Amino acid sequence: MSDRPPLRLLAALALVTLLLFGVSLAVGPAGIGPGESLAALFGRGNPAAVIVLQEIRLPRALLGVMVGATLGLGGAVLQGYLRNPLAEPGLIGVSGGASLGAVLALYSGLAQGVALALPVLAFGGALAAVLVVQALAGVRGGALTLILAGVAMTSLCGALTSLVLNLTPNPFAALEIVYWMLGSIADRSMADVRLALPFVLGGWALLAGTGRGLDALTLGEDAAATMGVRLGRLRLRIVLGIAASVGAATAVAGSIGFVGLVVPHLLRPLVGGRPSRLLPASALGGAAMLLAADIGVRLIAPERDLKLGVLTALVGAPFFFWLVLHARRRLA
Amino acid sequence: MATRVRAAGAGAIWAAAMLVAILVAMAPATAGEAPPRRVVSMNVCTDQLAMLLAAPGQLVSVSALARDPRVSAMTAEAAGLPVNHGRAEEIFVLQPDLVLAGSFGAAGGAELLQRLGVRVEAFAPETSLDDVRASLQRMGALLGREAEAGALVAAFDARLAAVPRGRSPAPRAALFAASGYTSGAGTLPDAVVRAAGFSNVAAEAGIAGTARMALEKLVVAAPDLIVTDPRYAPPSLAEALLDHPAIAALTATTAGAAVTDADWVCGSPRTADAVLDLAAHRTGARLAGSAAPTAGGP
Repeated sequence: MSDRPPLRLLAALALVTLLLFGVSLAVGPAGIGPGESLAALFGRGNPAAVIVLQEIRLPRALLGVMVGATLGLGGAVLQGYLRNPLAEPGLIGVSGGASLGAVLALYSGLAQGVALALPVLAFGGALAAVLVVQALAGVRGGALTLILAGVAMTSLCGALTSLVLNLTPNPFAALEIVYWMLGSIADRSMADVRLALPFVLGGWALLAGTGRGLDALTLGEDAAATMGVRLGRLRLRIVLGIAASVGAATAVAGSIGFVGLVVPHLLRPLVGGRPSRLLPASALGGAAMLLAADIGVRLIAPERDLKLGVLTALVGAPFFFWLVLHARRRLA
Repeated sequence: MATRVRAAGAGAIWAAAMLVAILVAMAPATAGEAPPRRVVSMNVCTDQLAMLLAAPGQLVSVSALARDPRVSAMTAEAAGLPVNHGRAEEIFVLQPDLVLAGSFGAAGGAELLQRLGVRVEAFAPETSLDDVRASLQRMGALLGREAEAGALVAAFDARLAAVPRGRSPAPRAALFAASGYTSGAGTLPDAVVRAAGFSNVAAEAGIAGTARMALEKLVVAAPDLIVTDPRYAPPSLAEALLDHPAIAALTATTAGAAVTDADWVCGSPRTADAVLDLAAHRTGARLAGSAAPTAGGP
């Protein structure tokens, strides 16, 4: 295994992502042709088509990339850091905590006055969830305790989210429980993109720098320490990076499961199992998977507002079964 | 009568006794067609028809929603009446000789009251202006106030006749509510839109009843007027859709904007106010030189 990044793989993933990005811009109920879509994207042609492309489809495709890459990257980092194949933002309670924070900001009216309240509270919720789960499971906690703590945290946050939405006097709020549990990027706007982008980019920057530390960590904590990795610092970077990026992504798209679980697993064999090489590949893979799921949502039930989490779970849950069987065979 | 009392009162002597008392009170109503004297309404739409038509003291309770300014156009009148919450128990103890209900919602409560021997009259939601006239006349007949109902219908028609004549082709209005729901053919809002001299974009698109309309389709339909619902105080994502930049871009350039109010919720003489308010938007500056739809369409 060489130290060079897997350029071919990254180029292929980037190409797939770009392609899906293009398809995402071209698919929609308005039925605008590909050529007209391209012109409208750059502000030319029919004014209605320009509005559809620039104000409805572009933010949707951009959020697909941002949210998908965040979940793919987050899953790869968490699996490497916790050395646990089941670690994933949705499973260890981060997305649940972020949802709760976002719901508090939105339905209290706080986010109406101060727009930043939404990503900040989602960040706070995600951070609190990570810290509590880690404290419960212990830093070196086994796979089982971590997942148990994560499931407990996710259930608690889900219950509190439902409670807040049910108690909100707005009659529409209770109907939005399903959005926060399963996620969607339908009919979001550039305002959502602008709101989430700084947090997402900041989180990515923090997580991108963890590759070397994660590589060293594959040899065990003591070995990593002797190689000059400062574990406390690594941990802080990861916790802040995950909370910022997953928090902001959840604030504008709800919690979407399984992307962070499936993508790193699929790509790990292709990068020789090195976390530093897995991170960029997993980010691109996550973006591709989310864009594909979002296109699927529009093709399967165009008028029904099917939630993204339904599709990612349909792909991810059987994968989870396979992981369980795999783990059992290894233990036996 | 006696068999009804036996069936309903089986197992509870006191309930049977109460029923007998009520049926005795009701007896003149069923025998001599005298108007009911204790009327309870448990639906926000029948509330308003009854408040308009009942004789003083005839209406003893209306639903709690009648006091909610979002859905009731007659909150001031409702403030002076005791309210109920559509529960069979609280209505039964009021000893009504007529209960007015909607054919949707709280139907369980109405059904229970019926089994207890109370006379229940259910009103289906009105889906046209003719339905509004029919509901007014039926309410008048039920309350023994036919003359008053006839006067209200005449006034309703006079108000509708006052709507300024439309031009041809009619400007096009799109109803767009929370979560992207719209009202197509066969709905009261569609009737209001047409009576106000607009063509309903949802009906043009082949939508019947209440259904979702994709935001993209709203944009490419290029309506001359976008009619949204008033927002609730703590925000929701469903209503945030109404403030989407794509809608703002339309209302900033080619489309006018209007917001519905409680006059739109029920079929009543107030429906004419909804028509007149909407018709006033037809003379809006934005609509002056607006063209036919420009987009590619679905």
